[in-house]
Amino acid sequence: MNIHEYQAKELYRQYGVPVPRGQVAFTADEAAQAAEALIGDKSSDVVVVKAQIHAGGRGKAGGVKVVRGVEKAKAAAEELIGKTLVTHQTGPEGKKVMRVLVEEGLAIEKEYYLAMLVDRDTRRVGVIASSEGGMDIEEVAASRPESIHKCWIDPAVGLMPYQARDLAFALGLGDVESKHFGRLLGALYKLFVDEDCSLVEVNPLIVTKERSLFALDGKVSLDENAQMRHPRWAELRDPNEEEATETEAQAAGLSYIQLDGNIGCLVNGAGLAMATMDIIKHYGGQPANFLDVGGGANQEAVTQAFRIILRSPSVQGIFVNIFGGIMKCDIIARGIIAATKELGLKVPLVVRLQGTNADEGRAILRDSGLNIAPAETMSEGAEKIVRAVNEGKR
Amino acid sequence: MSILVNKNTRLIVQGITGSAGAFHAEQMLAYGTALVGGVTPGKGGESFKGKVPVFNTVKQAASQTGANASCIFVPPPFAADAILEAIDAGLDLIVCITEGIPVADMIKVRRVLEGQNRSRLIGPNCPGVITPGACKIGIMPGHIHHPGRVGVVSRSGTLTYEAVGQLTGLGLGQSSCVGIGGDPVNGTDFVDVLRMFQDDPETEAVVLIGEIGGSAEEKAAEYIRHYFEKPVAGFIAGTTAPPGKRMGHAGAIISGGQGTADAKLAALREAGVKVAPSPAEIGITLQSLLK
Repeated sequence: MNIHEYQAKELYRQYGVPVPRGQVAFTADEAAQAAEALIGDKSSDVVVVKAQIHAGGRGKAGGVKVVRGVEKAKAAAEELIGKTLVTHQTGPEGKKVMRVLVEEGLAIEKEYYLAMLVDRDTRRVGVIASSEGGMDIEEVAASRPESIHKCWIDPAVGLMPYQARDLAFALGLGDVESKHFGRLLGALYKLFVDEDCSLVEVNPLIVTKERSLFALDGKVSLDENAQMRHPRWAELRDPNEEEATETEAQAAGLSYIQLDGNIGCLVNGAGLAMATMDIIKHYGGQPANFLDVGGGANQEAVTQAFRIILRSPSVQGIFVNIFGGIMKCDIIARGIIAATKELGLKVPLVVRLQGTNADEGRAILRDSGLNIAPAETMSEGAEKIVRAVNEGKR
Repeated sequence: MSILVNKNTRLIVQGITGSAGAFHAEQMLAYGTALVGGVTPGKGGESFKGKVPVFNTVKQAASQTGANASCIFVPPPFAADAILEAIDAGLDLIVCITEGIPVADMIKVRRVLEGQNRSRLIGPNCPGVITPGACKIGIMPGHIHHPGRVGVVSRSGTLTYEAVGQLTGLGLGQSSCVGIGGDPVNGTDFVDVLRMFQDDPETEAVVLIGEIGGSAEEKAAEYIRHYFEKPVAGFIAGTTAPPGKRMGHAGAIISGGQGTADAKLAALREAGVKVAPSPAEIGITLQSLLK
């Protein structure tokens, strides 16, 4: 689960990671008030207005505006709020800006990159730091790999001071900055563990002319499996940033992802669901979705899955591929019949049932009198649905 | 022979009185697994369906039944604790079925596992381990398996059933089938299982089923290329999956240009693994290696 930059920075502040002063604004007027409070009696009237969307690359897309004075800040917010930003991470449809973060401007001396993440290879939290801040870290990894420094944290002892020193020296920080860096890194690791993060990224981490460190940007991804011990995450969620259908599917215990094709898939198990997409493509078709009904789905979940699949106007055929283990095929069959009775069936439907209670399931479908094409194997099923959809187009 | 489990495996189920634990405990009993006890804190002294004694702690269960393996059906918030309890009780094999354990919990569990050499963890978020005809620990449908000489190792659940179903349909039985689970931090990876298959004289060939995400398949390929002497058929699910979208469980995601099916397939091919052209041809691909 991703959260907005201003929410991430609020967490940083709570844990003692220094961030610029700032305020979120949902309207241009709120932005003006925020700018006024920030400028106050400060000598500088520079403020930064940053579009809040769950995607990187905002700067290049015009989503970050550095302006002077309250009026300009208001104008910048007016321009950004309601605008659709297209960055390299949003996809071509872009993301609509609903809120902005208004921050004090800081005099940047140098920019660095800092991140913590769960490293699957070492099965530990890894730290990545680079002297090439403010850039896309993947580009840095490709062009200047020698500027990237890493360490891994032993969960039994936590981040050790020598690890912070190692990184500070590798980054070429001065003695004052190194001390700040050590404290900042410790605070960030505490945040990472206590808040059950899967990724924390500070890009850029800056050193100011006054030799202070600030997290100028903040990205935090939270481990959804840990939601049960963080009730306040519910407030951090922004439904505008999530696919409504995917959220709805999740509520029904389904795992659904919309794709570009025209063949709807209903499968049990994530691996088999991916393999079903693969085999449809293998026979020249295009899957319209990934859908895993899970291990213990009931009749209602199957009906809900059909509702979700059929809602997409691009779906011209459906392939149900079930290998029953815990899942019983007769339950799937009853769900299919209930769904087709409720929703009607205007597109070809191919059903492959295998495993637990497969014979009963097949008999139920056969006796239903519905126009359902059975398949013995997943290849037969995939071939049949691709052919049916292609014939339907002609 | 076989790997990990056999006729001598004595199993307890942690979380035996929960709905999933109870259902699958019965299924395992019906398959012939030597299920000797269950654990549910607070329900010690009860009996599970009049067949198996229930204990309050894993230590009690192990000392009184001589169990050497555990199958865990404890809900995600308490699952890491359950695994650690089983390690502390000195069980040889711990199979954790639970899906949705926070990754921070698994990082701690992994650290404890690395500090000892007695217990092996399979999973979490996995279907379990089966040696057909001898012992089933987990949630896989027993009837699709058949004793034989093909080893199966997989990150997936139902896709493993699909592959096993194909093998059995072709008359190719299995020595042991191991689901290592789909989570980013787990107890046993492909290489661990391949090492065991290498040393198992009754395993003639291996089916390896991977998924997008992470680099476990690339590491397996590296191991196969240098050390593994038996023929391997492989498949990677998710060739058509778009980057940045999590496919069902935490492990299956292409992120930052890493974990793509193409990279994994290339690594496997380079290691001499015969890759099935589609998920429907995993069985015949393995069969072609035996001739």
